[in-house]
Amino acid sequence: MRIKNHPILEDLKNRKKVYITVNGRKVEAYEGEPIAAAMYAAGIRVHRITPKYNEPRGIFCNRGRCTDCIMKVDGKPNVRTCTALVKNGMKVESIKGMGDWSE
Amino acid sequence: MSDFVIIGAGPAGISAANESARYGVKVTLIDENNLPGGQLFTQTHKFFGSREHRAGVRGFQIGYDLIEEIKKLNVDVLLNTIVYGISADMEVKYITEGNSAKSIIAGNILISTGALEKPVVFKGWTKPGVMGAGAAQTMMNVHRVLPGRKVLMIGSGNVGLIVAYQLKQAGADVVGIIEAMPGIGGYKVHASKVRRIGIPILTSYTIKEAKGSTQVSSAVIVGVDKNLREIPGTEDEVKCDLICIAAGLKPFDELCWLLNLKFKYIGELGGFVPVHNDNLETSMENIYVAGDVAGVEEASTAMEEGRLAGVTVAQKLGYISDSQAGKLKGKIKNRLKYLRLGSFGRKRAEGKKKLTYK
Amino acid sequence: MRNKIKGKISNDSDAGIITLDEFKKIPGYPEDDDFSRGPIAVIECDQDIPCNPCEEICKYGAIKVGKPITNLPVLNTEKCRGCLKCITICPGLCIFVVYRDYTDKTSLIYIPYEFSPLPEKNTCVDVLNRRGEKICKGFIRKVIKLAGCNKTFVIGMEIPKRFYNTARHFKF
Repeated sequence: MRIKNHPILEDLKNRKKVYITVNGRKVEAYEGEPIAAAMYAAGIRVHRITPKYNEPRGIFCNRGRCTDCIMKVDGKPNVRTCTALVKNGMKVESIKGMGDWSE
Repeated sequence: MSDFVIIGAGPAGISAANESARYGVKVTLIDENNLPGGQLFTQTHKFFGSREHRAGVRGFQIGYDLIEEIKKLNVDVLLNTIVYGISADMEVKYITEGNSAKSIIAGNILISTGALEKPVVFKGWTKPGVMGAGAAQTMMNVHRVLPGRKVLMIGSGNVGLIVAYQLKQAGADVVGIIEAMPGIGGYKVHASKVRRIGIPILTSYTIKEAKGSTQVSSAVIVGVDKNLREIPGTEDEVKCDLICIAAGLKPFDELCWLLNLKFKYIGELGGFVPVHNDNLETSMENIYVAGDVAGVEEASTAMEEGRLAGVTVAQKLGYISDSQAGKLKGKIKNRLKYLRLGSFGRKRAEGKKKLTYK
Repeated sequence: MRNKIKGKISNDSDAGIITLDEFKKIPGYPEDDDFSRGPIAVIECDQDIPCNPCEEICKYGAIKVGKPITNLPVLNTEKCRGCLKCITICPGLCIFVVYRDYTDKTSLIYIPYEFSPLPEKNTCVDVLNRRGEKICKGFIRKVIKLAGCNKTFVIGMEIPKRFYNTARHFKF
């Protein structure tokens, strides 16, 4: 859910709306924000699945340290979606375990 | 080649850049984020302290002010840049925004990389919806996205208390703050403002489990005795979709470990801290630390330590005289002394004393 | 499973609430006579945190912290005019202005408020004590945005007089 009319912070203005896809689903995003923010705003919190026990994982530190939020972005695996910024048309996909660099 | 490479552009790093560049030092300021300011931009509350510490000004506004000061000076700022190593002969190695590996030889280096949140491990802690309190703060205050609608906060230090209040401001419902110790860890005034807006605080409670299939949908909390052992029969399950962990910070000092600097374990300052003298120089010559990486304290002490490192380097390089440096350092150390007074500050002051060597 | 935590909510001193008796021990906390003179500041701050913007902002010189700045602020009840400025600057949001004798039967409590939306004047609200418990009904009579308050607004809520020492927030 995007926060509007915050009591302290001014609304962010002049941000260009873009669209990305997350596992095939079209998601609204704003230029300048990380992929994870757009996903959270759309209610998507599962980023990937663990290889052995198939457990869902999502953001934990939200600053590029823990790597729990990694996904495949435009074909590139293991991208930290909490810091990688959105781009119009970006294709974001969940991965199971670590992505394959050779793909 | 750079006179002074500063790694980490939070309040300590920016203050060091300002306080050295203004005397003519050639400064390179590096940060892995796409904006300098560190945690200042996640802080929406008004800071404590005195006028010199910008008391009464909101954290993010202090961040903007500091950045304005740098813009006026000739500081080389490298953002989206990750420092991955420093060699013993002062070569700072980094990966640029465009993904190329570069390096720079530094005359002096300041490591001001801040702190990391300590995790609390419990059953289900890996589920989506369990995150650090700082993570929730960044999501709502920087990205303006509500990280959850019903929140359980773990930890009643200042971070837990303040983030709970901020979650309420952002529109979330905070079901409670739980604290394993018998009393709260943070300021009473923070707890007061959280209690009167209807957020309960339960001391001697900890979290037992986060439940939910693909993400958090409830939490099981349990009472603990004075030895922090669970008391059977006191479990309580409460609906929530966000569990924030605010169990303390530790210095983010990986680069210091890579350099083989001397460390000391100081619980009051967050854990292992690189040993430094009272001008913030570490066990390796020309390498300095400032801010939370030198012991977890506050933004105000981080700014003062940054200034101290800046003055020390400016003096070492001959941009200011010894007597000028002496006066400036005296004023800064005095202000640091004032910030470390009182029942909260005293513990940190003692921690710093154990840590510094002459 | 519940929507609210049922566990034992900590008592006041463990969980950060200063009791009224503890406040009355704070030097400068207004006495009975002080309240009868008009609106007066009540500084609910009793920890030695290094902090002094309340002293700086008061143009009547009614608040003294001095040095070191970990000293508790002491209110000079003769000098205080209840101008509300200190409410807006306190980083701890722990200063209130109490107008005990607003009317015969009611008091007006000015509190800091940093939530949106702001209530409208004359709205009927649930009045809360320091523990967030509902103690009575009240009415919003003032919604004040002082110059330079930097988003810490001041709300004046009219409450039955007997709650003037306990009413500190509201819900609507």
